[in-house]
Amino acid sequence: MSVLRELGESFVSFLRILGDMALFLLRLVMYTPRGLLRFRLVVHQVHNTGALSLVIIMISGLFVGMVLALQGFDLLARFNSEDALGTAAALALIKELGPVVTALLFAGRAGTALASEIGLMKATEQLSAMEMMAVDPMRRVVLPRFLGGVIAMPLLVAIFTAIGIFGAWLVGVVMMGVDAGSFWSQMQANVSGDEIFEGVFKSVVFGIAASLIAVYEGYRAWPTAEGVGRATTRTVVLTAVSVLILDYMITAALL
Amino acid sequence: MQQTRTVELGTGLFVFLGVVALFFLTTQTTGFSGFMGGDAYRVTARFDNIGGLTTRAPVTMAGVTIGRVEAIEFDPERLNARVTMRIDGRYDQIPDDSEASILTAGLLGGQYIGLGAGGSFDNLRDGDEIYLTQSAIVLENLISRFLFQQSQEDQDD
Amino acid sequence: MGTLRADRGDRPLVEIRGLGFRRGAVKVFDGLDLDIQHGRVTAIMGSSGAGKTTLLRMITGQLRPDAGSVRVGPYDVATLSVDRLYEMRRNIGMLFQNGALLTDLDVFENVAFPLREHTRLPERLIRHIVLTKLEAVGLRGAARLLPQALSGGMARRVALARAVVMDPDLLIYDEPFVGLDPISMGVVVRLIRRLNEALGITSIVISHDIHELRDVSDHSFLLGDGRVIGEGAHRELMASEAPLVRQFMHGEADGPVAFHYPAPDYADDLFGPESRG
Repeated sequence: MSVLRELGESFVSFLRILGDMALFLLRLVMYTPRGLLRFRLVVHQVHNTGALSLVIIMISGLFVGMVLALQGFDLLARFNSEDALGTAAALALIKELGPVVTALLFAGRAGTALASEIGLMKATEQLSAMEMMAVDPMRRVVLPRFLGGVIAMPLLVAIFTAIGIFGAWLVGVVMMGVDAGSFWSQMQANVSGDEIFEGVFKSVVFGIAASLIAVYEGYRAWPTAEGVGRATTRTVVLTAVSVLILDYMITAALL
Repeated sequence: MQQTRTVELGTGLFVFLGVVALFFLTTQTTGFSGFMGGDAYRVTARFDNIGGLTTRAPVTMAGVTIGRVEAIEFDPERLNARVTMRIDGRYDQIPDDSEASILTAGLLGGQYIGLGAGGSFDNLRDGDEIYLTQSAIVLENLISRFLFQQSQEDQDD
Repeated sequence: MGTLRADRGDRPLVEIRGLGFRRGAVKVFDGLDLDIQHGRVTAIMGSSGAGKTTLLRMITGQLRPDAGSVRVGPYDVATLSVDRLYEMRRNIGMLFQNGALLTDLDVFENVAFPLREHTRLPERLIRHIVLTKLEAVGLRGAARLLPQALSGGMARRVALARAVVMDPDLLIYDEPFVGLDPISMGVVVRLIRRLNEALGITSIVISHDIHELRDVSDHSFLLGDGRVIGEGAHRELMASEAPLVRQFMHGEADGPVAFHYPAPDYADDLFGPESRG
């Protein structure tokens, strides 16, 4: 009996958090038109979440592309279809690995930074101080960070994917000797605008989800050192889980 | 001020790289590049069976992509498939008795149209039809024919 | 002059009537009445947990009371919409316990923050105002330091400059003396007095540092049991015979406020049935 009740209670609290987060998102969306006018604040956050994640995204993209080519080559060579390597690598990167891995890296690099920064501002009363100066922290602190993340994510995904394809080319063509012409032409013959759209669409959705979770967890953190620590952990876990679930849903919907 | 300048520079670099990457993905990895928007002419061909041919599949000659499949329709009168190809205007000296075959790129590759050069002195022009065609080889038909032959040989023994 | 001073009349600036507030089962306030007069430095004292900070949050509208009313100037705080609340707060400066400076901005930008958010003043004028305020707290030279590089006392002085940059009518200090060395303490004490006189504003100081308050306050309230238990000039409170006031003002360990948290009988606890268990 008590197990059932506990399950029920945790389900209710899950629903409450979900609802709270949805309302939070609604507020952010409502503030967005005026928030975009404060261009400088948003640019600053695009820098914090995007530009500062550039190196980790590029290195990860390169190696994901390289290992993909290595595995793909091994598999395709069994069917004498090494020429399909370009297609395989490009489709895997554009549709799945690019958006998903970038979102996971984003959660670890930018998401935790956002959550802990906002959480610390709360713990050190900076948010209260803003409220007392008649400045809404939702607009001044949370919104620019959210928008920065939403803008940065698709760009990060594009960079990750492009570098990944470069990595696949490096391993497939330069190291394994796949014909360069068929590598590219097969890719071009089989990748269509629909696939690019799927990747971009995913990156936008993941950008919204990952940024929302990070700023939400930061803003709702208990204003203590422990609370901020928990908020960053929750950010990573929640982002990872929801990105993977969303990924499945989008893939299924677009098939 | 020094600090804001680095921020702007870093952000600028980041956005620039992102846009370049997106541009690369949309133009270099997909079949949108090349002559699709440029000068081109259309020819048609009829096939009894197109197999897995799709629109935007390449049209090649001697292995070089010279165009793409633009449309595939079923002709209810003649009960076959009518394929419209869009061929790059640069290649305007293809004999009008050339042969069009539906081929498969590798075991896992997609299907494409290969043109085999004919001997005519007249060239294909916009709106022409290629009469000599070879349909896609459907693996099931091939296998059943092979099995049929085998069993006949068995009976002959 | 800001909106808080506009309709002055004879009414006090802050008027609290029948305030009630409970946190869980604990009654923090139970019918509290309190007036704060224009132009004075008013101290609100009380032992830890007496609800000083809660009271402050009710005055600024960060918390809403369960019962009673809070009026600040023309504003009925408990029923204000968010927009009106922010309008009121533009006329209130507040100094947080640890300063609460924005850590990603330097000292200059911290002080300039309210101006940038609420006004469209030209850069030259902002610079002029900010440097004047920083000079007033003696930290013009620290304008380009980041908050992390400041000592506790300096951070609080920067926060003070920020609190007065919009020329508020009411300035609230939340525990301004906590954790300061004696020199910084003296500096802050003098600043509170000087700002109140120079700007002609009203100040509220929340604290339990009786000795510093002696030099600062014109009028003091002592909170306890969810009500005001003592009121008057600092000297009068010191001389009060009321036992609760006496205990607090003279720092006696035991008195009406018991040293012991309520507990069962000591001997029972030590030798009772549970100890044998």
